[in-house]
Amino acid sequence: MRTNDVMLQTVTKVVTFIILMFSVHIFFAGHYTPGGGFIGGLLTASAIVLLMLAFDIETVKKIIPVNYVVMSAIGLLLALATASASILFNVPFFTHAFDYYDLPLFGETSLHSALLFDVGVYLVVVGVTMTIIQTIGEDE
Amino acid sequence: MSLVFLIFLPIIAAIFIPLLFKKINQIHTGWFVLVVPVVLFIYYAALVPTTMTGGTFVEELQWIPSLDIAFIAYLDGLSILFSLLITGIGSLVVLYSIFYLDKHREQLHNFYVYLLIFMSAMLGVVQSDHLITLYLFWELTSISSFLLIGYWYTRDRSRFGALKSMMITVFGGLMMLGGFVLLSIMGGTYSIRELIAQAPQLFEHEFFMWALVLILLGAFTKSAQFPFYIWLPDAMEAPTPVSAYLHSATMVKAGIYLVARFTPIFAVSGTWVWLVAGIGLLTMVWASFFALKQRDLKGILAFSTVSQLGLIMALLGISAAGFHVENPTETMFKYAGFAAVFHLINHATFKGSLFMIAGIVDHETGTRDIRKLGGLMSLMPVSFTIAMIGSFSMAGIPPFNGFLSKEMFLTAMLAIAQFELFNMDTLGILFPIIAWIGSVFTFIYSFYFVFYTFAGSHKPDLLPKKAHEAPIGMLISPAILAILVIVIFFIPNIIGDWLVKPAVSAIQPFMFATPADVNVNVSAWHGWNTELFMTLGIFLIGAIMFWTLHKWQKAYDMFPERVSLNALYDNMMLLSDTGANRFSRMYMTGYIRSYLVYMFAFLILIVLSTFIISDAFAIDTTNLAPIGFYEIAIALTLMAGTLTILVTKSRYTAIIALGAVGFAVALFFVIFRAPDLALTQLVIETISVALFLLVFYHLPQLSRKEERMKFRLGNAVIAVGVGVTMTLIALSAHANKIFPSISEFHKETVYTEAAGGNIVNVILVDYRGFDTFFEIVVLAIAGIGIISMIKLRLTKKEGRHENK
Repeated sequence: MRTNDVMLQTVTKVVTFIILMFSVHIFFAGHYTPGGGFIGGLLTASAIVLLMLAFDIETVKKIIPVNYVVMSAIGLLLALATASASILFNVPFFTHAFDYYDLPLFGETSLHSALLFDVGVYLVVVGVTMTIIQTIGEDE
Repeated sequence: MSLVFLIFLPIIAAIFIPLLFKKINQIHTGWFVLVVPVVLFIYYAALVPTTMTGGTFVEELQWIPSLDIAFIAYLDGLSILFSLLITGIGSLVVLYSIFYLDKHREQLHNFYVYLLIFMSAMLGVVQSDHLITLYLFWELTSISSFLLIGYWYTRDRSRFGALKSMMITVFGGLMMLGGFVLLSIMGGTYSIRELIAQAPQLFEHEFFMWALVLILLGAFTKSAQFPFYIWLPDAMEAPTPVSAYLHSATMVKAGIYLVARFTPIFAVSGTWVWLVAGIGLLTMVWASFFALKQRDLKGILAFSTVSQLGLIMALLGISAAGFHVENPTETMFKYAGFAAVFHLINHATFKGSLFMIAGIVDHETGTRDIRKLGGLMSLMPVSFTIAMIGSFSMAGIPPFNGFLSKEMFLTAMLAIAQFELFNMDTLGILFPIIAWIGSVFTFIYSFYFVFYTFAGSHKPDLLPKKAHEAPIGMLISPAILAILVIVIFFIPNIIGDWLVKPAVSAIQPFMFATPADVNVNVSAWHGWNTELFMTLGIFLIGAIMFWTLHKWQKAYDMFPERVSLNALYDNMMLLSDTGANRFSRMYMTGYIRSYLVYMFAFLILIVLSTFIISDAFAIDTTNLAPIGFYEIAIALTLMAGTLTILVTKSRYTAIIALGAVGFAVALFFVIFRAPDLALTQLVIETISVALFLLVFYHLPQLSRKEERMKFRLGNAVIAVGVGVTMTLIALSAHANKIFPSISEFHKETVYTEAAGGNIVNVILVDYRGFDTFFEIVVLAIAGIGIISMIKLRLTKKEGRHENK
C-alpha cells in the first residue's frame, strides 16, 4: 500500500528552503546572538532529513550528491588548521585573530578566525549526522 | 628555529611520499627519499668543526608554553655524532632499499613514510634537551619501528615480532617517563643541561635511586639488554634495510645514547656503575654465546648486535666509574668513554655492511638458512669480500677498525679490575674474564657467519633460487661501509678528534672539560701488553673452537625451549590476554541496559557517598523565583510523557513520548531564557526522533504480541536513586554558592578579548575551543564507528579472527 504524501512533499519543497536559509542565518549570527556552527549544522541536517522523509534516500542522494564522510573529514581538517594556524604567527595553539574591515555592501564588518573554526564544526555536524542517518537508512 | 625544523624535515617530506609514489611510478620512490638524509648529513657534517672544539648549538621552539614544554634542539659532540650516524647510515640504507624493494610489488609509500617518521623521531631523541619531548620522540621511534617490523603485515611472524618489540620498548619507555618526571621534580626543570648542572644536589634527593632505575629500564629495553633483548631477534622479520638501519645502527643505540647523556648525572652513584657495566657485560657474553645457536643469518646478526650493544653499555658503565677515581685522566680509565664511542661508530660501519650482505644473500638465493647456504664465495665474490671485512672487524682482527676498539675495551676491563670502590676489588677480576669469554664467542660467530655462508660446498638444490652476484646498486652501500671499516683503522685519531673526543667530553664532563682534554691516542701497535696477549688468546682459542664447531653446536639444542625468556614472554602475553578476556566477559554482557545499570549504580554510589562524607547537603529556600502556570504545565507534560514510555505497549508510542519529553525540556529552556540551549535541544530532539524511528524500524520484533515492559525491582531502585541523587545535587548546588560565578568573567571579556557578543557561542569556539574540537573529533569517530558496524559487517563465513 502506498501512502499518500502529496501534502508532505509539497510542503517540504518550500519548508526545506526556509530551514536552510534559517540555518545559514543562525550560523552567521552565532557570534553575537544565539546560534553558531553546531546549531546551524543541526538545522541544515534536519532540513535534509525532512527531504528524506518526504521523498526517499535515493532521490535525496541525487539532489544533493555529497559524500558526507568526506565532508566531515574536511570539517575536521579545517578546524584543526584554524587552530594550528596560530602557531605560524608565534602565538599559542588555538589563539584566534579578529579585526574590523569596511567591506562593500556589508559596511563595517568584524572578521574573526573563529568563524573558520565554526565552519569546520558546521561541516562535521552536518557530515556526521547525515552519515549516520544515511547509513542506517540504507541498511537492509 | 632552523635546527628544530630540520628534526621535522623528514616527517614533512613524508607527507609528499604517497603522492610521489602514486603519480610518478616509473621512478623508484626511494630516489626522492634519498635526498632528505643526504641533505641533512651534509648540513650536520658542516657543524662538526664547531663541535670538535667543544662548541654547541641550541635552538628552541615553544610548543606548550603554559606547561613549559618546548622543542629544544641541542647539538653538542654526542648529539652531532648520533645525528651523523642517523643521516649517514640512513642515506646508505635508503640507497640500498631502492634495489632491495621492488617498485612494482612493494607498498613503497608505506615503507618510506614509516622510515622518514623514524628518521625524524630518532633525530629528535638525540637532539632534544627537553625531557618531555625526548620522551615523545622516543615513543615515536618505538611506533615507527613497530610499523616497519610489521611492514609485511600479512605474515604472522611479522605481526608477532612487531607487537613484541612494541610491548617491550613501550613498557621501557613508560618507565623512563616515570624517571623523567622524578628528575624534573628533583631538579625543578625539564632541561637536561640544567639537570646536569645541578647533579651533586640531585644525588642527595630521595627520588634519585628511583629515577636511576626507571631511566635504566628505558635504556635497557630499547638497547635490547638482558633480559629484555628477546624482542630484537623477532624484529628481524622486518625488511633487511630496516634491520640494518633501526635494529643495528640507530634505534637500538637510543638506549646507549640515553645512558651516555645521563652519565654526568648518575655517575656519582655506585649502583649506576654496577648496573650499567654488569648488565652490559652479562648481555655481551650471553648473546655472543647464543648467537652460535642461530641458523638464520639475520638471527646471528641480531644476537651479535645484542652482544655488541652490551659491550658498549659495559664501557659506558666503566666510564662512569671514572668519576670515583682520583686523577682518572692519568689512569687507564680514560680509555673507557673513548672506547665506547669509538666502538659505537665502528659497530655501525661493520654491522651495517653485514646486515646488507645478509639481505643480499637472502635476495639472491631466496633463503637465509645457514644450513642451506655455503660455497657462495665463487658465485658472489664481491659480497664475500665485504662480508669478510665486516666479520673480521667484528672479530677484532687487524687491519680493521674493530681491532682498535676491541683492544681499548679490554684495556678498560682490566682497569675496572683494579678499581677499589663498590666491592670491585673482589668481584672486579670477573670483568676481564667475562669480557674475554664474550670476545672468544664473538670471534667464533663472526667466522661462523661468513664461512658457513660463503665457504664449504655449494648446495644448489637446497636453494629456492639460482644464486648469483647482486646488482651493482645493491653493493654500493655495503661497499662504502666496508671501505670505512678499513679507512678508520688507518686514521683512528682523525675520527677521534672530529667525532669521538667531542662526544666523550659530553659524556664525561667530570673528567674532560673540553674535547681537547681527552688525552687518548689510538695506535694499532701498543707494545706487548696484557691486552695484546688476551687478543692473541682470543684468536687461538676462537680458531680452535670454530674448527670444531660442527661437533659441539648440537649441544645448543639441549637447552629446553620451555624455560627460555621467550617462553616467559609468550606465557605472560597469553595469560594477560585470556585473563583480561575472562575478566571483561564477567561484566560485558552485550546489553546496553546492563551497562546503564552499572553506570547509574556507580553514579549514585559516588555522588551520594561524597554528599555524606563532605556533609554537603543543604536546602536554601530564600532567593527563589516564583513558580508560574507555564512551569507547572510543562512539568506535568514532562511527567506524563515519561510515564507513557513506561506503560506503553508499542515502541512507536514510546519514541514519540520520548520526543515529547525532549520538547518539554526545550520549552523549559525557553522560559528560563536560554535561547541557544532551547534551539539546540529542539533540533536535536527532532533529528533524534527521526533517527530512533529509523533504528527501531530495523529492530527485530521480539514477539508477535507487543508487551509492556516488565517491572524489575533492581531497576526501579536504581531509577529512583538517580532521581533522588540528581534532585539533591540541584538543591544543594543552589544552596551552596562557594565560588563566584564564572559568567562575570565571561561578561567582561567577551567583547574585549574575544570580539563576540554571544557568550555561549564564544565559549564554544574560543574560550573552550579545545573541548569543541575534541567533541567534533568524537562525533566523527562515532560516525566512522556506525559506518563500520553497518557497512563493513563480517559475514558469518569469514569468521571472527584474522589469524584463522
